[in-house]
Amino acid sequence: MHYKRPKADVVIVGLGWSGSTMAEELTRAGLNVVAIERGAWRETSTSFPTTRNPDELSGSIRKEILQAPVTETYTVRNKPGETALPLRKYHNLTLGNNVGGAGTHWAGASWRWQPFDHQPYTRIMERYGAKQLVDGLILQDWGVTYDDLEPFYDRFEKIAGTSGTAGVINGVKQPGGNPFEGSRTSPYPTPALERTRANILFAEATTRLGYTPFPVPSAMIGAPYTNALGINLAPCTYCGYCQLYGCGNWSKSSPNICILPVLMQRPNFTVVTESEVVRINTTPDKKTATSVTFVDSDGNIGEQPADIVIVATFTLDNTRLLLLSGIGTPYDAVSGEGVVGRAFTFQTLSWAFMFFENEYLNPFMNTGALATQIDDFNGDNFDHTGLGFIGGAGIQSLCNQGLPIGMSGLVPEGSPKWGKGWKQAFQKAYQNYAQIQGQGTSFAHREQFMDLDPTYKDKFGQPLLRITYDYNENDRRSGRFIRDKCAEIAKEMGAREVTGVSLADQPYSGYTPWDSSHVQGGVVMGENPKTSVQNRYQQNWDIPNLFVIGASSFPNNAGYNPTAAVGATTLWTAKAITDLYLKNPGPLVRL
Amino acid sequence: MVDSSKLVYLTPDEAKLVGAVFDVLIPADELGIGATEAGCVTFLDHQLAGPYGSAAKDYKLGPVVEGLPQQGPQSIATPAEIYRKGLAELNNVSQKKFGHPFLNLTEEQKVAFLEGMEDGTIDFETVKTKDFFTLLLQNVREGYLADPMYGGNRDMVGWKLIGFPGAVYDYRDWIVSKRGQKIDVQPVSLLRTG
Ligand SMILES: Cc1cc2nc3c(=O)[nH]c(=O)nc-3n(C[C@H](O)[C@H](O)[C@H](O)COP(=O)(O)OP(=O)(O)OC[C@H]3O[C@@H](n4cnc5c(N)ncnc54)[C@H](O)[C@@H]3O)c2cc1C
Ligand code: SF4
Repeated sequence: MHYKRPKADVVIVGLGWSGSTMAEELTRAGLNVVAIERGAWRETSTSFPTTRNPDELSGSIRKEILQAPVTETYTVRNKPGETALPLRKYHNLTLGNNVGGAGTHWAGASWRWQPFDHQPYTRIMERYGAKQLVDGLILQDWGVTYDDLEPFYDRFEKIAGTSGTAGVINGVKQPGGNPFEGSRTSPYPTPALERTRANILFAEATTRLGYTPFPVPSAMIGAPYTNALGINLAPCTYCGYCQLYGCGNWSKSSPNICILPVLMQRPNFTVVTESEVVRINTTPDKKTATSVTFVDSDGNIGEQPADIVIVATFTLDNTRLLLLSGIGTPYDAVSGEGVVGRAFTFQTLSWAFMFFENEYLNPFMNTGALATQIDDFNGDNFDHTGLGFIGGAGIQSLCNQGLPIGMSGLVPEGSPKWGKGWKQAFQKAYQNYAQIQGQGTSFAHREQFMDLDPTYKDKFGQPLLRITYDYNENDRRSGRFIRDKCAEIAKEMGAREVTGVSLADQPYSGYTPWDSSHVQGGVVMGENPKTSVQNRYQQNWDIPNLFVIGASSFPNNAGYNPTAAVGATTLWTAKAITDLYLKNPGPLVRL
Repeated sequence: MVDSSKLVYLTPDEAKLVGAVFDVLIPADELGIGATEAGCVTFLDHQLAGPYGSAAKDYKLGPVVEGLPQQGPQSIATPAEIYRKGLAELNNVSQKKFGHPFLNLTEEQKVAFLEGMEDGTIDFETVKTKDFFTLLLQNVREGYLADPMYGGNRDMVGWKLIGFPGAVYDYRDWIVSKRGQKIDVQPVSLLRTG
């Protein structure tokens, strides 16, 4: 059956952080908003009760709430010319598939990106010139600066109840915070979390080495807090079932706890769940988006017409939906032309894994983002002259895991993996294991992109998204540099055994243990339609009533997690829609 | 809580054989009971009968071709199928190599056999021994360490082994007061029984 829903002012595709944040702004401005979400409804109290939720097997092992490969997957290859193959089993891209998106089960490190991260091209050219760029690297500014975004970062934190210690307020450095952060207009809404023993060892060691440790800002609420929308959030209890789990304690900022309780009360908001959008429809001249087509859970085909179409389905699906809809010119790696799918970036992770002697690190008391970090080697906070790369990493003592099945392989190298010897080794290692993560920047490259797979299809017979990605020389160099810093700190912390690893030294794989889900680009914002799909307001250059929001807009990754930057750019775009676009529908940037 | 009194996927012979393998991987010793006694076979049996066993969430559309190692597993065989074929072969190969089924091997022979599977020096025809071994090891660890409601981890033996307190709701006090110190408590499961 085919059916058509009544026309809305706005249709939002996907109801994760970006879709929910946008829906809240636009309904408050009085618009009639319909959101269409592929996944099911999730309610904090009933879906994640604290009496059932803390279960490792269904949570981080079987990954029951995540997007399953059978729902949607991606094909991957390292280089153009290779044959991409599907990720058939649960993999590193642990995306969301419910109302709340990945924001329901994210780890919750809540970073403002630095001024540098929004304008990397200008700043690298000013400081080093083009000689600093390895062959094929693509570097471009966003068209929006940190100063433009600061009020929106601030608002997002006040919706999320972010915990942390401010580093710079109105240009003045604050004790205990990150001295490298962009200047803030207000402190974090809630105080930083308590530190673990591993965090403290890290803080002491990095201080001795002359660096400046600070608590990582996090989605784990630091104290009872009423957020900007009037919702009461509860302090985190360090229960340890956080990343890859929902939080039933109203303690981890997510769309489900911070936005949806208010949004669902609004008569001008509707959410259609378990319905997958398969196409954005436009007028024949491709100058106006008219509706989206979706398949609902009964297999019926629905159409939702709207005056404004907002796509908020995460980096990968944002790109795929534009490609499936024939909107914009797909990127061609041979000619270097075309924009949709171009400037895909990932993350350059490095690690020091370590074992101590006779410690009680109590790894089970943790949260998804309980970490102490130094930013001395992040972004452009240090002089790169002669190093042969740009960027770096935030280096952190991360206490986000202590569940037994997940830890059962973590025994010192050379220990038995089974038998009596394993029991002994695991018993000892469990309390003595710790890790330092270097969460690295990544910059786009002309051989990293997304397009539609020529062979593999989804359950509706539509092509899967194909990812062509390998680490480039910039990643490899920065990854090794950061790995060595991590190992140096680990030794200073007094670890008996230290293994340094740079993931960029191996070919990219969707299954590498310890890797992240942080992918950016494909539908980037920018200053020039030849190198970006949308303008500084995340508005399509050719179709002014189409906005694609989320990390797909970012042409580079920072040495941070992306979500607060997603929140800030979403709020920035929402304001442009309500204050500028509604008064005068049309392109907000004229060339 | 699963019912341990009857099998739901494995045959009685298969269950016995898995138990013998599991008890080499996690033996009984002074640190605690072994895998079978802890319920790991019951755990596995129920897992194989459910969505995990049928790989219900995997992408299974073709073409199925083998790629580069970094492209990951491309086989669409399910854990339930791998166990069925793998266990049959385990006995056949054991019979050929040692003249006995696996159950009748000495402790040393069992260890040697599993080492051969782990490093791929023992070959099966229908499943890759290395992959089957990885699955066995993963599942026995799951059974020994998952919440007892799934049938394994009896008396929370796996949690007691390492000092994991289980499903504790609130650590706000201990995170400061017990920082760097040993915590000696009886673990709690979602069943809330010892
Ligand atoms: C395990 C994990 C840990 C993470 N940890 C951190 C962290 O510590 N800090 C941080 O900043 N970030 C972290 N992230 C990233 C963070 O979760 C994302 O940046 C953020 O959730 C993105 O929000 P979004 O709204 O853009 O996309 P999503 O949250 O992915 O929401 C998109 C929604 O769209 C829906 N959808 C997709 N396609 C369609 C379609 N065709 N039709 C209809 N609906 C569709 C999806 O079901 C989903 O609900 C983590 C991610 C994961 C997976
Ligand atoms: S650690 Fe805190 S935020 Fe995370 S699930 Fe537990 S209570 Fe919630």
